[in-house]
Amino acid sequence: MSLIPVEDIRRTLSDQKLQTAIYASTGRLIDKRRSTVAADGLPDYQELRAQANRIKRHTLDNLDFYLEQLERSLEAHGGKVIWCDTGEDVADFILGLAKDRGARLIVKSKSMTTEEIHLNQRLEHHRLEAVETDLGEYIVQLADERPYHIVAPALHKTRFDVARLFTEKLGVPREEVIEKQTMIARSVLREKFLAADIGVTGANFLIADSGAVVVVENEGNARLTSSAPKIHIAVAGIEKVIPRAQDLGVFLKLLGRSATGQPLTVYTSFLSGPRRSPESDGPGEFYLVLLDNGRTKLLADAAKRESLFCIRCGACLNSCPVYRKIGGHNYPWVYSGPIGAVITPQYHGILHDPWLPYASSLCGACGEVCPVKIDIPRLLLELRSEVVAEKTAQGGNGAERTAFRMFAWVARHPGLYARFAALAAILAPHGHDGWLRSIPPPRPRALRNWLSQRDLPAPAKQSFRQWWRARSRIRQSS
Amino acid sequence: MTRRRVSIFVTCIIDQIFPAVGIAMTEVLERLGYAVDFREGQTCCGQPAFNTGYRDEARAVARHFLDVFRDAECIVVPSGSCTSMIAHHFADLFHDDPAALSEAHNLQSRVFEFSQFLLNEARVDDIAARFDGVVTYHDSCHALREFGIKDGPRRLLARVQGLTLREMDAAEECCGFGGTFSVKFPEVSGAMARTKIESIRRTGANTVVSADSSCLMQLQGAIRRAGLNIRTLHLAEVLAAT
Repeated sequence: MSLIPVEDIRRTLSDQKLQTAIYASTGRLIDKRRSTVAADGLPDYQELRAQANRIKRHTLDNLDFYLEQLERSLEAHGGKVIWCDTGEDVADFILGLAKDRGARLIVKSKSMTTEEIHLNQRLEHHRLEAVETDLGEYIVQLADERPYHIVAPALHKTRFDVARLFTEKLGVPREEVIEKQTMIARSVLREKFLAADIGVTGANFLIADSGAVVVVENEGNARLTSSAPKIHIAVAGIEKVIPRAQDLGVFLKLLGRSATGQPLTVYTSFLSGPRRSPESDGPGEFYLVLLDNGRTKLLADAAKRESLFCIRCGACLNSCPVYRKIGGHNYPWVYSGPIGAVITPQYHGILHDPWLPYASSLCGACGEVCPVKIDIPRLLLELRSEVVAEKTAQGGNGAERTAFRMFAWVARHPGLYARFAALAAILAPHGHDGWLRSIPPPRPRALRNWLSQRDLPAPAKQSFRQWWRARSRIRQSS
Repeated sequence: MTRRRVSIFVTCIIDQIFPAVGIAMTEVLERLGYAVDFREGQTCCGQPAFNTGYRDEARAVARHFLDVFRDAECIVVPSGSCTSMIAHHFADLFHDDPAALSEAHNLQSRVFEFSQFLLNEARVDDIAARFDGVVTYHDSCHALREFGIKDGPRRLLARVQGLTLREMDAAEECCGFGGTFSVKFPEVSGAMARTKIESIRRTGANTVVSADSSCLMQLQGAIRRAGLNIRTLHLAEVLAAT
């Protein structure tokens, strides 16, 4: 059971440069999103969200049907579907294929699913080089870090950080101009594309009826990854399937806008199988790896199934005031922010990181921006009640539980409630102007924590109910 | 003509810490001609327990609330957050208890956040208030996102004589309170409050107004700690001022 990473969070909060980078980058994404979903540009935005939610719900309620349909239609195009239970299974498949085909170099385009299963590390462990080709992913790979954000993996890095990193890792002269940094990465990566034996992409959507893998991106690297090498492997979670090609329009209108404030990403690739005669481009072999890795566990829980609706746009991270303070790396898994707080406990077990569902002020900004209308605040509340139930079952949580039991008991006995309150008002060490700045020990932890950041008003000398009673008495006697 | 009766739910924070807000709400309602009913059996809506994951405890408190307000015609609450607990989350607590669930559903159309009550039920936006000051309005999260309360409080403030309203850039950003969040993640909560306060400062306002006293407790506590000369007032207090 992990505890709140207090020290790491403190370090993030006290790093002014990092705070500015996170707040400014997410702020820009918030503004861009807001302007592209505004009524003058997208009048049916709310209807699109509702429709996206309905499509996802329908698909996940009938997932077995659509996955089998997807397999049939993709194999009809000459592709092959590989079913994997775990990340290890995915790595084993790729390693086996690489060994069989004599492959040594893999290029990858951005994929949270492969981050989730630590694919690069697994492949490197077997001396198979895997190079990230999305600029942000390339930067975090060079820095040996995990993505800071679902769509903007290097959101926390300034151009000066990147300059230092490129000099150190690539041996190039220091370059602080972003466009020139991009050219440096481009020249390195272009050679990798040409030399790669296998291209690994993720997938944003899988279309069941027409058997296509849809990948959206802005840099063109996913298109190169899926077309330059002889073999293309797309790795996707089973929840990525949608029923029909015509459903895609709903999601494409929402995804780019929610993620980066773009009406549409620069590239939208429809990949449906290997090169066919008389085509001259494209991979000779095409595989779709369908990964479970715990997803069926989430699927089984009807009350929280909507956690699987996520299309990984990152809007909930940008809008989350907690993410904007603690950043991405203080979350325990690759999925950070509100959606991370919702899915991580469901994948890893509720008591693995019991603090995570509590890492939210429940402000609701995440639910407000979610393009597929996942009720994230409700899910956080559900998970909190599960944390309490599990801890209680294990005999933990003693002090907090006692406090809330007492609270509930007192709250059902108004006479006692009033007397307790009156007593607290008398005993509280009233400071200047009725505000408490410090309290003599022993101070309960909650009080200490409150006072570590702000002053606390003392209970009023006359509560509302006392005022009401006094007024009623005067009125009766007059 | 008999005056219409309204029951008020004076939230625990207001009852114990900010009674002036409850008094101000009573004054505004009485000024509008309502007969105000305060049921002394009332205590809390149970949200602290519910939001921390203690559903059994929250359920017990919610049941008490249902008992106290069973025959109340309409209930006015000076908090978006507590109103949302009562109107939205009571139903989550009673999905296994059809009788209580139907009571909770029945309550939904009878409970009103204070500003919504004024605008939609009493149908007034001018309370003949006078308040001299430069004010900025903080959108409390639950009022904003669970009830869509955005323009209403601003309309009410716009009619107050002597009041200048200045929008802050981060009006919709959370103050960082979040109930037990404020003490489970004190430093994050404090950092959120300070970001909010920066935005408040940029407006040059001397008063922050909101529909929720819990946000104001957080903000005023952090404002005092920073040694700034900005005060916080609940919307009811501004509207009661003459």
